[in-house]
Amino acid sequence: MGNLMEVRNIETYYGPTMAIRGASFDVPQGEIVTILGANGAGKTTILKTISGIMDPQKGSVSYQGREIQKMDPDRVVGLGISLVPEGRELFPFLSVRDNLKVGAYTRRDHAAVASDIERIFEYFPSLRERAGRPAGMLSGGEQQMVAIGRALMARPKMILLDEPSLGLSPKLVKEIFEIIVRINRENGTTIVLVEQNANVALQVAHRGYILELGRIVMADTGAALLQKDDVREFYLGIKDQGVRGVRRWKKRKTWR
Amino acid sequence: MAEFLQLFVNGLAVGCIYGLVALGFVLIYKAGEVVNFAQGELVMLGAFVAFTFVVQFGLNYWVGLALAMVTMAIFGGLLDMIVVRRIIGQPQFSTVMLTIGIGVVMRSAAAMVWGPETRSLPTPFDAATFRFGGVVLSAVYLSILATTALLGLILFGFFRFSRVGTAMQAASQNQLAAYCMGIPVKRMLSGVWALSAAVATIAGVLLAPINLIDTNLGAVGLKAFAAAVIGGFGSIPGAVLGGILIGLIDLFSGVYLPQGFKDIASYIVLLVVLVVCPQGLFGAVGRKKV
Repeated sequence: MGNLMEVRNIETYYGPTMAIRGASFDVPQGEIVTILGANGAGKTTILKTISGIMDPQKGSVSYQGREIQKMDPDRVVGLGISLVPEGRELFPFLSVRDNLKVGAYTRRDHAAVASDIERIFEYFPSLRERAGRPAGMLSGGEQQMVAIGRALMARPKMILLDEPSLGLSPKLVKEIFEIIVRINRENGTTIVLVEQNANVALQVAHRGYILELGRIVMADTGAALLQKDDVREFYLGIKDQGVRGVRRWKKRKTWR
Repeated sequence: MAEFLQLFVNGLAVGCIYGLVALGFVLIYKAGEVVNFAQGELVMLGAFVAFTFVVQFGLNYWVGLALAMVTMAIFGGLLDMIVVRRIIGQPQFSTVMLTIGIGVVMRSAAAMVWGPETRSLPTPFDAATFRFGGVVLSAVYLSILATTALLGLILFGFFRFSRVGTAMQAASQNQLAAYCMGIPVKRMLSGVWALSAAVATIAGVLLAPINLIDTNLGAVGLKAFAAAVIGGFGSIPGAVLGGILIGLIDLFSGVYLPQGFKDIASYIVLLVVLVVCPQGLFGAVGRKKV
């Protein structure tokens, strides 16, 4: 299968600060692609650039052969790209059900919207009981579920997930990631996953990119990245012990 | 007793008008975090436009009212699109100056177009009065109560059940997320301004038989602002109830308190509310998390 999206040499600025310094990567159709990086590497900025919240100064984002880098976010959603923003960003005073309905704002088929809400409740059974509650009163895990459900409501071809594990317990993180894999398998939805939790992300991802200071420094399949020394050392925190059990050297990243 | 009831009904009616104007403040504030100090002037302009349609063009009262609402809604939407939108993201102070400036411009423009004299707007309810025991109810006051109740229900239904209403709420609660859901946030904001201007027009038309129309009609905005603050500035039922409270205080203090208290009583209550309960009587319980 070909690439659903190709990002080429994008440069994005926050005022005078250059956050993305010419990043390029491909997102193949139907795969889970993860972008890993430390704080401030530019992961969120990349998603904001793709979804149209920020415009890149240079470079292109082409989606299904169409350049979308200058489009406004409401048009990008219409093309089938949904963003699950960092920190959920729900509508706190709207009920869970209304939050999901707003997610389907771009759609006109009301009957299908109702059945899709049922499907979301099937993915996340704990939301069903909370359907009438204001979203701001839910726990963090449930809020993340609403955020993912809300993005699904637009029936996207591609979901951009910004740190879904943020602030969740390991058990909840596992649950959320199981759902993400399920969504990908059942609907063939392409997923771009931005994470700090490299271990979980690489286990589910078909392909991974490592972003550092606004540049892509490494690209490989998820399984291969899990085995790489540099990734193990700097992102997974697994250190090789020296012969005498004491490390006397400081390892440097090979891409520097 | 009869006098008390009479005052109560009249205060309720005047309060409803304050409440409607306060509603306009709250709608715009909730949607765009802009305090529109020209809301009172929108009321004044709405009344003048209705006057033009009904008296000068000789249209039917209801047709004239509907046309005035549409005209003012378009005016409000354009005001947002052309002027107010440019100032979003600037310090709060500049939006205050801008809306005060818009108010001054509107008042002067109205004086140029319609002249400084006081006008009256004949309504279908002018002559009729009803008598319940010792209480004389004029149809004008009853029409105010009915209109406010109806409008409240319509707005509630609109925000609660309609797709666009929900989207407007969403846009006001989290603009970024609303944008990401494909809601055209800018158009929603203009829509809220249009809605608010239409509500202001209704308030102006209702006020016309009580207060007559002149370029100082916008002064009602000050009382309504107090009502909105008492109601919690951000709560729609709060705005209406705050308005009713101010209206009642206005009338009762005029009769039962010494001369001069009528003008300051509502502001004294405003100060007391702010000291005792700074979020207003109906302030949002949950705070917006950012």
